[in-house]
Amino acid sequence: MIGTGISVNSITARRRHPLARVAVVALALGLLGGGYALAAPNGSSADAAIASGKADDVAQGKSLFVAHCASCHGMNAEGTKKAPTLIGVGAAAVDFQVSSGRMPAADAGPQAPRKPRAEWATDEAISQLAAYVQSLGGGPTVPSAEQVDPSKGDPAKGGELFRANCIQCHNFVGAGGALTYGKYAPPLNPATPTQIYEAMVTGPQAMPVFNDSTITPEQKRDMIAYITHVRSQVDPGGSGLGRIGPVTEGLVAWVVGLSLLILAAIWITAKKRRAA
Amino acid sequence: MNAPPKAIAGVSTFVDDRIGAGNFLKRNMRKIFPDHWSFLLGEIALYSFIILLLTGTFLTFWFKPSMGEVTYTGNYAPLYGVKMSEAYASALHISFDVRGGLLIRQIHHWAALLFVGGMMVHMLRIFFTGAYRKPRELNWIIGILLLSLALFEGLTGYSLPDDLLSGAGLRITQGVLLAIPIVGTYLQFFLFGGEYPGHDVISRFYTIHILLIPGILLALISAHMILMWVQKHTQMPGKNRTEKNVVGAPFYPAFMIKSGAFFLFTFGVIALLGTFAQINPIWLFGPYTPADISAGSQPDFYMGFLEGALRIMPAWEINFLGHTLTLSVLIPALVPLGIIMTGLALYPFLEQWITGDRREHHVADRPRNNPHRTSIGMAGITFYGILWLLGANDEISANFYIDLYTTTWFGRIAIFVGPAIAYWITYRICIGLQRKDAEVLSHGVESGVIKRLPNGQYIEIHTPPAEDIAEHIRGKKEIPVLEGSEDGEGIPPKGARGPLGRLRTKMSRAYGTDHVPLTDGHHEVGHEEEHAGVGAGDRKELH
Repeated sequence: MIGTGISVNSITARRRHPLARVAVVALALGLLGGGYALAAPNGSSADAAIASGKADDVAQGKSLFVAHCASCHGMNAEGTKKAPTLIGVGAAAVDFQVSSGRMPAADAGPQAPRKPRAEWATDEAISQLAAYVQSLGGGPTVPSAEQVDPSKGDPAKGGELFRANCIQCHNFVGAGGALTYGKYAPPLNPATPTQIYEAMVTGPQAMPVFNDSTITPEQKRDMIAYITHVRSQVDPGGSGLGRIGPVTEGLVAWVVGLSLLILAAIWITAKKRRAA
Repeated sequence: MNAPPKAIAGVSTFVDDRIGAGNFLKRNMRKIFPDHWSFLLGEIALYSFIILLLTGTFLTFWFKPSMGEVTYTGNYAPLYGVKMSEAYASALHISFDVRGGLLIRQIHHWAALLFVGGMMVHMLRIFFTGAYRKPRELNWIIGILLLSLALFEGLTGYSLPDDLLSGAGLRITQGVLLAIPIVGTYLQFFLFGGEYPGHDVISRFYTIHILLIPGILLALISAHMILMWVQKHTQMPGKNRTEKNVVGAPFYPAFMIKSGAFFLFTFGVIALLGTFAQINPIWLFGPYTPADISAGSQPDFYMGFLEGALRIMPAWEINFLGHTLTLSVLIPALVPLGIIMTGLALYPFLEQWITGDRREHHVADRPRNNPHRTSIGMAGITFYGILWLLGANDEISANFYIDLYTTTWFGRIAIFVGPAIAYWITYRICIGLQRKDAEVLSHGVESGVIKRLPNGQYIEIHTPPAEDIAEHIRGKKEIPVLEGSEDGEGIPPKGARGPLGRLRTKMSRAYGTDHVPLTDGHHEVGHEEEHAGVGAGDRKELH
């Protein structure tokens, strides 16, 4: 297994083996002991950061992990009843979850909400933690700045993909929407381009994975271009009313429109003609 | 009677000298309109309709009702190069490339919402004051027809731009057609000219939206107005107001100015909304393809109750001899609409049947004075309101963090329990208000003056109510009750026989019995002085 290039699929397939846990722990220890020199899993440029990552990044990450993550995910990220294993989720998942404040989770609700980052979660700490989790079993890596640069994408093409793949949960401008059993598709407005990309490749929480064979990295960049373009767009028609469609429009029609007209009617008829 | 003002007399003479209609003009320019704010609610709808006709005409200059595919090359960058229907492209063209186009589009859409909203509040006023009673039942039914047509006018209208959101509505329309037993599939093929979505539906909706329904609306609105003019207005009860007169201001000059001002108000509010509040941002929805659907797809508010019915309906269907009866679509599409529209249309006649009241009514009821009618109305509003609310259950769930299925189950229970609770609460409020009225007449109103009696007791002196308020209260009319008691030989009267007759008598008694009759000053000698005015003497006390 070691040295053959580890992909997510092979890990997932072998994870069920009785010895898998032992093997994984041995792997992790071996990696820590021998220094971090793992070859990049799929050779994309984003892995360079991790491949060239020093052993102490992984070690630092490990101590961060033990301090902030291990109580739920297990001392060796093997997973517990409370939380899934993180072996094979990749650096992208760590970066997404921790940089958006979803992890560490505050409570065991149906879904971990976006919230301000934990105080320890500086960019550096996140990258160390990501390096550690990446070292455990590979997985999707953090995209490069170029991969998520909206100015390099085609928003019109991205819009078509966005409508075909995202809006059934996230709403037509990414304003968010409801899912079942208390889950929801969060609004995309606060998400950074990197987080949008990472969400697609890792499929956090209720979201499905859109891997590179479903939607190519270029297409992902187009979608990011569309999302960021539309969300920063000044609404040409006045207030966007939350951009959630006819619900707020109907509310405004009654609360503002009809109320104003009824007040006007009361005002107009307040002065009565006196009988001569 | 006073001589008509010069402006009328002069014009009347001019017209009379030429087409002999001066008298008509003279008489009608002095027609009396009652001065009560609630009588202006219908005008919101009327003026919105005028604005709709004008802005709609503007939009037809550029809109292309075609489903032919084009590649967008207009000004809106995030859709540049995207393939779309000509209808959608021309709607984008109006929004981004025609000067003032977006403003007119938004005014048109806001006016549509206020058109239907105005009709609804107007209809509620008519209902709760009993202004639909004889001789105005036909005008009431015309009103119901107008409201129903307005719903379809709205549906065909917001479907035209062929954007992703309107496509979702179109898909539901198709689903409802398909759910109709036996003829459903045929109807669907007729409407869409083949398989969904086909290439015909937009142009067909266009003709229906700009020609057929507006034509019928215009004709019915004219009939509505003529009938109103001929039958005269009802009026709220009050001093000198009888079944034989109308107290208010003449059309010229007073009401004409008020009415003109109200048109400007309506136009102003709609223009304000059109300028500052974005409505139906079709460029954000994207072009329609049957494969795409957005979270939070909702219809415009007046269709919300149908959407809600569909959302809370359990997935029921019946399979019989290889045919499927899709109750989960059929029931929500037909039953709430049927209950509300048919119920409204039949109400005047049901009420007549129950009360046996065949008299003409020109003085309106205060809602409290017919507690069962008011309660039925509030139960209806609750029924409608719950469905309407549930039409937005995904937005409620997403924005208030309530589990989606919780909202569904809330709706399934509330749709039955809610109207009953509303009925009971409204009934109690009506009776309470009637008691208050009776108390005002018999005991007067609180003067705010506290008086100490020689024995040390403190009382508040009550004064008689102002004359106009007292007259307003005294305008309460008895609701007739059917005679149901048996004659000497134990035979009930003709209309009260059989199970239906017995039910009718029973309902009549419940509907008409006055629980709080008004008693003017208790009709007791020596009692009156207790309510005498402040400072009128020092022996005035309140029991």
